[in-house]
Amino acid sequence: MSVVTNTTTIGAIELPSRRNTELMLLGFAVVIPIFAYANVGLAIHGKLPPGMLVYGLGLALLAGVAHLVVRRFAKYADPLLLPLGILLNGLGLVLIWRLDQSERLQNLAKRAFGGFSESTPNQMLYTALGIALFSAVLLILKDHRTLQRFTYISMAGALVLLILPVIPGLGADVFGAKIWIRVAGFSIQPGEFAKIVIAVFFSGYLMVKRDALALASRRFMGLYLPRGRDLGPILVIWAMSLLILVFENDLGTSLLFFGMFVIMLYVATERTSWIVIGLLMSVAGAVVVGTTASHVKARVTAWLDPFACYSTSGACEQVGQSIMSFGSGGVLGAGWGQGNSDLIGFAANSDFIFSTVGEELGLTGVMAFLLLYGLIIERGARTALAARDPFGKLFAIGLSGAFAIQIFVVAGGVMGLIPLTGMTMPFLASGGSSVLANWALIGILIRISDTARRPAPAPAQSPDSEMTQVVRPS
Amino acid sequence: MSELTLTVMRLGFLAVLWLFVIVAVQVIRSDLFGTRVTQRGSRRGSSGAAAPSGGAGRQAAPPQQRQRRGAPTKLVVTEGTLTGTTVALQGQTISLGRAHDSTIVLDDDYASSRHARIYPDRDGQWIVEDLGSTNGTYLDRTRLTTPTPIPPGAPIRIGKTVIELRK
Repeated sequence: MSVVTNTTTIGAIELPSRRNTELMLLGFAVVIPIFAYANVGLAIHGKLPPGMLVYGLGLALLAGVAHLVVRRFAKYADPLLLPLGILLNGLGLVLIWRLDQSERLQNLAKRAFGGFSESTPNQMLYTALGIALFSAVLLILKDHRTLQRFTYISMAGALVLLILPVIPGLGADVFGAKIWIRVAGFSIQPGEFAKIVIAVFFSGYLMVKRDALALASRRFMGLYLPRGRDLGPILVIWAMSLLILVFENDLGTSLLFFGMFVIMLYVATERTSWIVIGLLMSVAGAVVVGTTASHVKARVTAWLDPFACYSTSGACEQVGQSIMSFGSGGVLGAGWGQGNSDLIGFAANSDFIFSTVGEELGLTGVMAFLLLYGLIIERGARTALAARDPFGKLFAIGLSGAFAIQIFVVAGGVMGLIPLTGMTMPFLASGGSSVLANWALIGILIRISDTARRPAPAPAQSPDSEMTQVVRPS
Repeated sequence: MSELTLTVMRLGFLAVLWLFVIVAVQVIRSDLFGTRVTQRGSRRGSSGAAAPSGGAGRQAAPPQQRQRRGAPTKLVVTEGTLTGTTVALQGQTISLGRAHDSTIVLDDDYASSRHARIYPDRDGQWIVEDLGSTNGTYLDRTRLTTPTPIPPGAPIRIGKTVIELRK
């Protein structure tokens, strides 16, 4: 090129690290729960809650620590994932605290267990542990591709985690579902962690096998049907999820694993037939188990007509109360602390926490919450698109797909769209396993997005570089 | 607590919650699109970082000398991934292609690395010339075989990218 003046070059935009955007959003995400907390205190007790300063500072501190860790160890990570997680977690704490203030729930607990203890301090502790786990993930996992080495180990690990609750003596049967284990006084839900571990296996496995699954197929009625022997893995996962359903009475977990596998299979092979086959198999499985297993049958009855069996079955009453919460919330909601979602009784602050959102914040609030979740999922899918390695792509889409299914299953369950399953709303529901696992999930997504968005190192400038063309793959 | 305060807080909270959602979506929006227009030769700060659709139009051409009346003053990309990009026509040759040292680096699967060039002849008439590209350069509907003068407003098509000269 000769000497040119005032010429413009158009190049791909150099990705800024966007850490300051993240900090701004984090500030916002800390202020909103504090506002909600003050609002609950004013509505229920008529004064600002005493723990407001401690609570606000605690949340701000956690957000600050997480931000510094991201700034130091994942500089180019997606700017939205962390603030969205902090906001949902903070609002979850407010919701749990609000239900702690309910006299109905306090009396219920006193009658049932002989005493009432607040869930909020525990949840705050779990949140702190969750942020610690998040930081640990970013510190230890320097490159998500190292997980690829543990493909088959993680398959074994996930199976062990899923089987643990069925082992007598270790598993605990809580309200009919065997998804907890009791270790040293703590009850842990291994399924929440298995979700992440099995995503490692699925991505590692599908990355290697996807060509066989995608290319070796026959065309039949517009669908690419896979060969019989390639159906093996999907059959195994299907059988596994049915076994979970039968032995642990947990519709949610089995739906989560099977759905996640089908999503990842579809993404890996680009064959619509897998989605059709997967849907048919899950419908078949659900029908068979729904008509035989008694626990699942009760849930289905409660789903079909909760008001027909309202006074006879506890499950129907819960679902009925939940639907009434959403109904009485209306468009704008009753306002923080002014609803009656505590009538749901047990599990009001875990499985049914979304009903409180529905009643006190109304449709407007529910939509905002669903959008916040949707944004996390969108960022996960975006990360998968931007990731350069196939393992990272599949891993990110698997994690965000599992997150999406979980939200669909829980929100659909409490709204009466699908039968209720004993799963937790990520970040909102009271419970340590869920918070810890979801923070680990966000940590992994942030790590993958950091790798994906990190600009490629600039080629060294040499005097004759203008004559040489740089050839880059893709 | 008075009813009014609680109502205001209730609506205020929903407003703040939605504000967060909107701000978050804005962050995504700024993440989705964007090519940067930088000044070569004379670096003028980093003012070029704005999105091309709105920002690039600001670069008004400096006073022109020795240019015919009615001659085009800028080149505008009207279709393709670089849509909205403008380059001031200053009497210099503009090279188009995927090569990094092109004046306009095309991010277009159908473009060759040195695809075409646009240059003024002695009278100031702008000429487009295909540089032996694989998929060809089209002026209006005709594939170019020789350097051709560009009539005002005629679209030049390279793969999926369409370029026009404007006043």
